Amino acid sequence: MLETILFWFLAVMTLTGAFGLVLHRNPVYCALFLILTLFGIAGLFLVLQAEFLAIIQILVYAGAIMVLFLFVIMLLNLGNDEALHENFNLIKGFSVLLGTTLALLLVKSILSAKGLTQRPEFSYGKVENVGKLLLNEYVFPFEAISFVLIAALIGAIVIAKKTNPEYSGRK
Amino acid sequence: MNGMLHPNLYFYLILSAVLFALGTIGVLTRRNAIVIFMCVELMLNAVNLTLIAFSRYLNNPHGQMIVIFVMCVAAAEAVVGLAIIIAIFRNKQTVNVTDINIFKW
Repeated sequence: MLETILFWFLAVMTLTGAFGLVLHRNPVYCALFLILTLFGIAGLFLVLQAEFLAIIQILVYAGAIMVLFLFVIMLLNLGNDEALHENFNLIKGFSVLLGTTLALLLVKSILSAKGLTQRPEFSYGKVENVGKLLLNEYVFPFEAISFVLIAALIGAIVIAKKTNPEYSGRK
Repeated sequence: MNGMLHPNLYFYLILSAVLFALGTIGVLTRRNAIVIFMCVELMLNAVNLTLIAFSRYLNNPHGQMIVIFVMCVAAAEAVVGLAIIIAIFRNKQTVNVTDINIFKW
């Protein structure tokens, strides 16, 4: 009962955030709608009993990545984008048609699968089970991801830093 | 159990399919590079929701492991992508993807 109410509330919240992200003009509002979507998805993770990943989603996505997006939007001081319904030309119409065709195809293939209504007992969502699996079976990707993150960090700093003009002439 | 409205796996999969399609429409339609990036993040989150839903309903922990790594890689990708957008903005003073056109014809 509680799960039904929570699922529909969070699903509506997520869809509102997604529609707002795609349709709104101002990029700051789009970022805020994406934060709403991320909180909705974190709530859905909690309903699906994946507690560790719900908290990680809020910490990493809504707490770090979206803050980075907002910093970049504020730094670049962007104006308004154009909304979907202004300048509605052939390309935009075709894109909307393509997106709805994709959605209908996916929904059709989901509904044609049988036997997806069972609901077994689930115990893997807790932190100790995730940690056990992460450090036993997935230890190599776990260590490799730290290299990926360091590479991304160094790469971002090198790409985005200001080049000092008096420094680049010398050896 | 609430009968028709109680969520089973179909509900979660259809929700994430709709989110993915909305992200696709956003990527194809918007002209601001940062908003396009945010729509890509929306698509990644839809895939995360699919993986967690499957992990729950098939009682399989590997779905959650994949989601951890998808989140890490999405973070790294967002960082590098935004650095590239900042570097482009410094040269061209715009993030409108129709104006960032360096092909000669």
